[in-house]
Amino acid sequence: MMSDTETTTSTEDSKPSGSGLNVRKTPANYATGPDTDTILQTEGLTKKFGGLTAIDDIDFAIDEGELRCLIGPNGAGKSTLLKLITGRHEATAGDIYFDGTEITDLGSHERVRGGIGIKFQAPAVFESLSAGENVRMALQRTDKGDLSDAITSTLDRVGLVQQRDTTASDLSHGQQQRLEIGMAAALSPSLLLLDEPVAGLSMEEREEIASLVTELNDDGISLIVIEHDIEFVDRIADQVTVLNQGEIFREGAIEEIRADPEVRRIYLGGE
Amino acid sequence: MSEKGFVERFRSCFEGPNTIGNSRGFWVGFIAALTIAFAYPLSAGGYQSGITALFLVYAILALSLSFVWGYSGVLSFGQVVFFGFGGYTFGIVTLNFDSTIGIMAAIPIAVAIATLVAFGLGYFMFYGRVTGVFVAIITLVTTIVMQTFMAQTAGSEWAIGDARLGGFNGMTGIPDIALGIRNTSIAFSGETFYWLCLILLVASYMGLRALTNGKFGYAMVGIREDEDRVEMLGYDVRRVKLTVFTIGGALAGVAGVLYASWGNYIDPTVFSLTFATLPVIWVTVGGRESLLGAGIAAVGIEWFRQQLSNLGSDYALVVVGMLLLVVVLVLPEGIVPYVHRKAVSVYREYSDSGDDPDHPTRGSTQEEIIE
Repeated sequence: MMSDTETTTSTEDSKPSGSGLNVRKTPANYATGPDTDTILQTEGLTKKFGGLTAIDDIDFAIDEGELRCLIGPNGAGKSTLLKLITGRHEATAGDIYFDGTEITDLGSHERVRGGIGIKFQAPAVFESLSAGENVRMALQRTDKGDLSDAITSTLDRVGLVQQRDTTASDLSHGQQQRLEIGMAAALSPSLLLLDEPVAGLSMEEREEIASLVTELNDDGISLIVIEHDIEFVDRIADQVTVLNQGEIFREGAIEEIRADPEVRRIYLGGE
Repeated sequence: MSEKGFVERFRSCFEGPNTIGNSRGFWVGFIAALTIAFAYPLSAGGYQSGITALFLVYAILALSLSFVWGYSGVLSFGQVVFFGFGGYTFGIVTLNFDSTIGIMAAIPIAVAIATLVAFGLGYFMFYGRVTGVFVAIITLVTTIVMQTFMAQTAGSEWAIGDARLGGFNGMTGIPDIALGIRNTSIAFSGETFYWLCLILLVASYMGLRALTNGKFGYAMVGIREDEDRVEMLGYDVRRVKLTVFTIGGALAGVAGVLYASWGNYIDPTVFSLTFATLPVIWVTVGGRESLLGAGIAAVGIEWFRQQLSNLGSDYALVVVGMLLLVVVLVLPEGIVPYVHRKAVSVYREYSDSGDDPDHPTRGSTQEEIIE
């Protein structure tokens, strides 16, 4: 269980900061076999906005290759946690480790370059650009030369090849969501954070996003997905973390979480 | 096809969704307009050309603001600060070293100082996380501070070497720009100064076109549209903004050098509120997301203002202010992008094959998406 014994997958694990972390926090109810490795870990992470503690001393970890859903009632701190991970918010206290390296003080763009991708809650494609140009925006920072093929393959991945020349503002809400996920995925992140990817989408669109998310996970990308819709969570994830009032309330397999009367009480409203 | 290939490749450096005019027709018109502009002094004469040259100087200043504000979303009232620093520095150096060599050295020094000032101010703002309207406020206050400071430099203690800053009276006796060695040197005035300004204006325009249509341009425009989004794609937003601001400052500095040498004179009015507002008006009226629009509007408005002033009235600024109001209310995108959009749609309507007069050679869209 000690990360020191698992240095094969990550070169950074031998660093003092990375070692011993898994000992401190290993939730009993999710699998951490010897062949898995923690990709993201927070230690005592706290965020206060004035007198309000949005995130309260959270120890959170997910394994490489995992698809974790983050649920919880409004104001539980889900989006704040994501923003802390991406560097949009500065942590009041605590540390964040990504791939064995401490990233607590890095700027957002540095974290992105290090392999953390994000899709925000609000749709944020570049509306005046076409779908293809949006992808170009994502790719051109790192990729040299003619990006045409790379743009095509990214659009293909999210099923938007036909919409390549369509101005993003003319895309449907679901298509915009997929485009955005595609842009984040185009940067080849090892960890992708999705904040409510299916909010306001139709059933068919939800299904499209669900398959896309599953495919990305099958491609080896670890994901943290914030979602309210428990059916959608059930569809994509095995492991769920429930946040409530800035703290981790429960963590475990989706079946257990759904069956947990306390979770139902705070979140599901006695469904 | 092979010799055409070169032209196409060359053209593609300057074309893309971020500028107006990506068609053969545009370039033909552009070259025709340039030819007329170059020939202008032959009919207008040296004196009138010298006067007109000032409008070209202003056009360079307008380009610098269009680049910073229109393309990157950073509303700067400070372009005149860098303009003034360029002009004053040119004056200070040339008044101390009044020789062709001195003048030639003064140009890069003045531009470097303007660039440095822009870099310093930009660093302070962007790395201090100053955004939005506060950038406008800080740059505006900077111009006021500079005006106040320069206005009180009338005393003889305010001199750098032989160059007296002169307070409200300004610095006089600044020489014309001169290039060359000893006997072969030429001083630029009248039509030669006009041509010099025109060449620098065209070079600035083409350079900025290449920048805005390249990868860097995408990052700039992305920042204008959604800063956080761009950051989450891994771009270092602060650095891009600082780079843009610094380049804009350098260009404004070039314009300032030309300005000081144009009138052989510079005074604190270059830092005044009125003058600080003018670039914002040019760029708004012309179309801030269009380099071409900014340049045309600067020349047009200043020419118009001068005509009105010739009639002996102070109404010029009032009229310009009303023009600004009308444009903001009726054509918020600016005149040139509007006219261009109309022209393109009319062309499309009347061309049977559906040829796109403005098909970007780069990028995959049919539309001028960002205009």
